Amino acid sequence: MSTHQSGLRPDLAAIADMIRPGARVLDVGCGDGALLEYLVRTKGVDGRGIEIAQANVNACVARGLAVVQGDADTDLVDYPAQVFDAVILSQTIQATEKPRVVLDHLLRIGQRVAISLPNFGYWKVRLGLLAGGRMPRTQTLGYAWWDTPNIHLCTLADFVDLTRECHAAMVEAHALNDNGKTARMNPDSLTRGVLGPNLFAQGGVFLLKKS
Amino acid sequence: MASIRHSSSAEGAGPARSEADTPSSHVMRFGLDRPLELDSGQSIAPLQIAYQTYGTLNADRSNAILVCHALTGDQHVASVNPVTGKGGWWETVVGPGKPIDTNRFFVICSNVIGGCMGSSGPSDIDPSDGKPYGLNFPVVTIRDMVRAQKRLVDHLGIARLLAVVGGSMGGMQTLQWAASYPDCVGAIVPIACAARHSAQNIAFHEVGRQAIMADPDWHGGEYQLFNTKPSKGLAVARMAAHITYVSEMALQRKFGRNLQNREAKSFQFSPDFQIESYLHHQGASFVDRFDANSYLYITRAMDYFDLAEEHGGQLSDVFRVNAARFCIVSFSSDWLFPPAENKRIAHALNAVAAQVSFVEIKSDKGHDAFLLDEPEMFATVRGFINHAALELT
Repeated sequence: MSTHQSGLRPDLAAIADMIRPGARVLDVGCGDGALLEYLVRTKGVDGRGIEIAQANVNACVARGLAVVQGDADTDLVDYPAQVFDAVILSQTIQATEKPRVVLDHLLRIGQRVAISLPNFGYWKVRLGLLAGGRMPRTQTLGYAWWDTPNIHLCTLADFVDLTRECHAAMVEAHALNDNGKTARMNPDSLTRGVLGPNLFAQGGVFLLKKS
Repeated sequence: MASIRHSSSAEGAGPARSEADTPSSHVMRFGLDRPLELDSGQSIAPLQIAYQTYGTLNADRSNAILVCHALTGDQHVASVNPVTGKGGWWETVVGPGKPIDTNRFFVICSNVIGGCMGSSGPSDIDPSDGKPYGLNFPVVTIRDMVRAQKRLVDHLGIARLLAVVGGSMGGMQTLQWAASYPDCVGAIVPIACAARHSAQNIAFHEVGRQAIMADPDWHGGEYQLFNTKPSKGLAVARMAAHITYVSEMALQRKFGRNLQNREAKSFQFSPDFQIESYLHHQGASFVDRFDANSYLYITRAMDYFDLAEEHGGQLSDVFRVNAARFCIVSFSSDWLFPPAENKRIAHALNAVAAQVSFVEIKSDKGHDAFLLDEPEMFATVRGFINHAALELT
């Protein structure tokens, strides 16, 4: 997978570009803290993380980050409304038990919500199921069906529907393309027509706000 | 007036007794002109604080870490305990190359006031009548313990501690440091603790205290005058407390319903089960090293601990002016100080935008996990302390 000049994964680099310097940021499912550390170092943000895996939590602590070991499905309810300028959820919504509830909380907690997710409508995924008759396994979705943490996969078009359900306004939308680069897209192109990023993008990165 | 000395053990009434009066640790003494004012309105004078240090204080005095001990712990974090002859209680965490690396850091640990390992406590001689204080020793609080520690740290010439670290009652002290002296500590590591003692925890402590006070050898706290000690009561207190330190699962795994040195149940009341004889052993070995009145005083201090009490129950307000960074560590099977209680502290700190991390380590070892081999705890503490040192020294 190619990387941004920041050394970050492409979706994280796209998210990083959405964050204003000095912002208060909550990264939900912050992993080993690479994005948060980058944001703290280069943009002087006041960064906080939530992470469930012990090894990742230890990595964050060793980077000097403020991280709370916990679960997006159960812990977001404890965060007061509108205390963060931006809330980040990268490659995590598909692994939550209740994506709708999680998104509602994110929109409540943050002024802006930056979110990246894999696209189950990506043509290789569709082809894998259509031609192979098996649950698709791709570069970004590399798990066997019985082993995957991704219990709520969706297409980018499906996700746009959810944002409408949650009364979220789309501030920015980016497609994560085959070449490992991100490209700005018109979110309406996801739900109109058959050809477009919903078929060709491996994933999407969105910036939302409560409308 | 304060003086530091290194005393040798006194002859006579056993190692526990002599460590209480004339400890083999460093000792700092404050005379009658420097009383320690207490929450109760009373004071302690003269005041004696016994402590150990490990590692070397650097030139700008920025590498000092205070370790706070738990209810029945002492200052011997990483050195042989003179009473038991066993290694320090946290040698897995403190020492050369350990998570709190004494090759880099200057580690201080002092016996709490009210204790029985050389700091002022109920078994000391009351200068007003030449007899042991017993229950005439003033009731102390966690804040009083921290006041004494602050005095020690001041006299060691350390204006700001790099970190304060402790588990259980030691964790309470770390929180009290953040509340009382926010400008004097850079990083706080409360482990397996809470910002207040719960009703259930007070209940267990009261069972222990009543067991001690019901022992006829307690003599209203004056047992030293009778040349005896309430060993049976103190042992029962320790047995009851010990159950709270371990998880149901760990007890079941370790002992199950196994019988002790016998093939069948005896149909008598001698210990049939392994768990019974294990608890008996815990009780018996405890009374050799710990003073019953100290147990009363220190459990009382924990019961009185409620950090938010002065702020109308608003824990966030306690930390409103805090620039320190926090790393709160809890254990999943700890039912004495459950993860939710630890997390409450993290939420309160988050609410005032303090730098706080919260860790919930999966372990089936219960509350005692913080004293045991828990590699994830070691990794958390090491990473946190090292990064704090990077920014603060």
